[in-house]
Amino acid sequence: MNNLLKNMAWILVAIVGASSVGGIALHRGEQINALWFIAAAVCVYAIAYRFYASWIATKVLLVDPTRATPAERLDNGRDFIPTNRWIVFGHHFAAIAGPGPLVGPTLAAQFGYLPGTLWILVGAVLGGCVQDMVTLFFSTRRDGRSLGQMARDELGPVGGVAAMIGTLAIMVILIAVLGLVVVNAMKHSPWATSTVAATIPIAMIVGLYMRNFRPGRVLEASVLGVALLLFAVVAGGWIDHSAPLRGLFDREGLPLAWAVIAYGFAAAILPVWLLLAPRDYLSTFMKLGTILLLAIAILLLQPMVKMPAITQFIDGTGPIFGGKLFPFVFITIACGAISGFHALIASGTTPKLLANERDIRMIGYGGMALESFVAIMALIAASVLEPGVYFAINSPAGVVGKEAADAVAKITAWGFPVTVEQMQLLATQMGESTLFARTGGAPSLAVGMASIFGSAFGQGMLALWYHFAIMFEAIFILTTLDAGTRVGRFMLQDMLGNVWPRLGETSWAPSVILTSGLVVGAWGYFLYIGVIDPNGGVNLLWPLFGIANQMLAAIALCVGTGILIKSGKLKYAWITGVPLSWLVLVTSTAAWEKVFSDDKRIGFLAAANDMSAKLAAGTLPADKAAVAPQLIFNQHLDAWLTMFFVTVLWIIVADMLRISARHLSGKPVLPVSESPHMPSRLVEDLARD
Amino acid sequence: MTLRPFLMNLWNIIRRLSGDDAYERYLAHHAAHHPDPPPLSRTAFFKQWQDEKWKGVKRCC
Repeated sequence: MNNLLKNMAWILVAIVGASSVGGIALHRGEQINALWFIAAAVCVYAIAYRFYASWIATKVLLVDPTRATPAERLDNGRDFIPTNRWIVFGHHFAAIAGPGPLVGPTLAAQFGYLPGTLWILVGAVLGGCVQDMVTLFFSTRRDGRSLGQMARDELGPVGGVAAMIGTLAIMVILIAVLGLVVVNAMKHSPWATSTVAATIPIAMIVGLYMRNFRPGRVLEASVLGVALLLFAVVAGGWIDHSAPLRGLFDREGLPLAWAVIAYGFAAAILPVWLLLAPRDYLSTFMKLGTILLLAIAILLLQPMVKMPAITQFIDGTGPIFGGKLFPFVFITIACGAISGFHALIASGTTPKLLANERDIRMIGYGGMALESFVAIMALIAASVLEPGVYFAINSPAGVVGKEAADAVAKITAWGFPVTVEQMQLLATQMGESTLFARTGGAPSLAVGMASIFGSAFGQGMLALWYHFAIMFEAIFILTTLDAGTRVGRFMLQDMLGNVWPRLGETSWAPSVILTSGLVVGAWGYFLYIGVIDPNGGVNLLWPLFGIANQMLAAIALCVGTGILIKSGKLKYAWITGVPLSWLVLVTSTAAWEKVFSDDKRIGFLAAANDMSAKLAAGTLPADKAAVAPQLIFNQHLDAWLTMFFVTVLWIIVADMLRISARHLSGKPVLPVSESPHMPSRLVEDLARD
Repeated sequence: MTLRPFLMNLWNIIRRLSGDDAYERYLAHHAAHHPDPPPLSRTAFFKQWQDEKWKGVKRCC
């Protein structure tokens, strides 16, 4: 009887889920309520979690609750600690939730809401969640070893080196593109710039508070910090209204980019406790709080989605980024569906806390499902805007024209009506001087969030909500930026230490300064190019980031597939093999098009040739001609970089296939490096404290 | 479940997640596993804890 009831409940979930997805997919013409998206997402995650994830855990991975985890065996009270699963879930989610799933879906909305929504749901439950869960499981069985170490142990030195280079490369591109998003959000916005600038001294105050004034009182310090941050949002409004102060923070993109670069360098060499750690506390609180607030607001308000299901831009002519639906919707969404970066958290960090293997499904699979839900909310926030407004904010001036009248005429001609007055009114409401060509996704997401928050919690404070949203995005983008720079520095020191051991000493000042400078210089270069590019660097950098991220995911899935085959589970290897094949197809196609396409908005080489021809013919205006040689050089560099990413990807795939083939034909391969089984002695209650 | 235990539970989770109770847990671990040498002071422990927390990849995109 009980079983029957349970089955009935799941059948009901399946029906609701199927009708919501069907409703979203088949709906045409009029607006559609955002609740359908929430219902579809929740049902899809619930069914996938209950059935697919549980099948993987019990039938494929053979999760063993009686086996002692590394946290239990190696418990040292510091990094290896058996921890309650909700606490581990919290740590894991806070670590994997970054700005990627907010920006990607916002940009991908140029294809309409449908392609993005479907990929976020399907990609997450069949790809991203599986990758995170499988990586977490294999790392747990290997004393919490990192992805790079697992690649070396299981696939050999080629896999290990590829994983290491892949990680460093994605870090550089990631930081550059995120820096660009922040710069674009601050450009000519004294309110946003002053608020974001204020987060730096606020983080230092919090750092000093918990280091010296009240050591270890993390929560007190964080409450103080959050209060100061909210005050900084309000104070930004005062600065915006005061003529002399306004000028101080009203800046072009380039000086702001230099400021971000200088900040990144400072954050990499200053002690962690002063800037990095306190900023991370603040960003985590803001991040979790704002995501929760957004979910509540969407449920309360039930906004209508105004974006069409599919736009004409699936043919590759989109203003925000060039390229057809396939493969670019997958490359653009990236982290919201499958994120290679998560494999770095799921190996190394989280496994050291797991009290029981049983928790792997909830933390690995469930954590990514929640992250994918954040991506759905970002897509909703972008799609509740009038499509004309969405395109006016996100289209670069190089595509729609510098003058407001030109931009409005062009966007209206696409079939997305918008007027100059409408944009001006919106800008005034949001406390900005203009919202035209504010590329990068952050401003349009902030406008979307402000209108949702404003309608749910009071319309009068739109400008405050807008700048709150900008501050929220900026603070955790900057956290990723400084944490990423630091990780990049450690990795580089580790590599250089092989050449000259002194360079590997993480506290030797000359090495710290040299390696920090190299890492900051690398991403700073791409950020600089992104800022001076007249078509907005997003079109240039985001696809590069997507390709790098999906390449890292493919590496993680290669490690997973290789281990499955080596452990005699060939018939189940499709659980990682299918998403891997898809990623290889998507990444390779995207890379091919980015390098060789004849369309100058897609192909790097076509863009370089086009610009060289114009430069030679003397048809470029003086300001563009001055930066043209740099842009041409950069297009070539990007083309080489893309080819390099794909080569790394194919090398590791070939290596995995070679090792699997050797294993299947009975030839010797590296042994499976799983730690021996030890029975768990943990009493249930001890771990669940 | 009444409100009070629920709120206490929530508060403990928040303290645990943020690391606010790290020193208390360290003292408990220290007493249980290796009582001598004497435990670190709160300041010294926190310095060490924070430095260790920031090795490796901690944040994502």
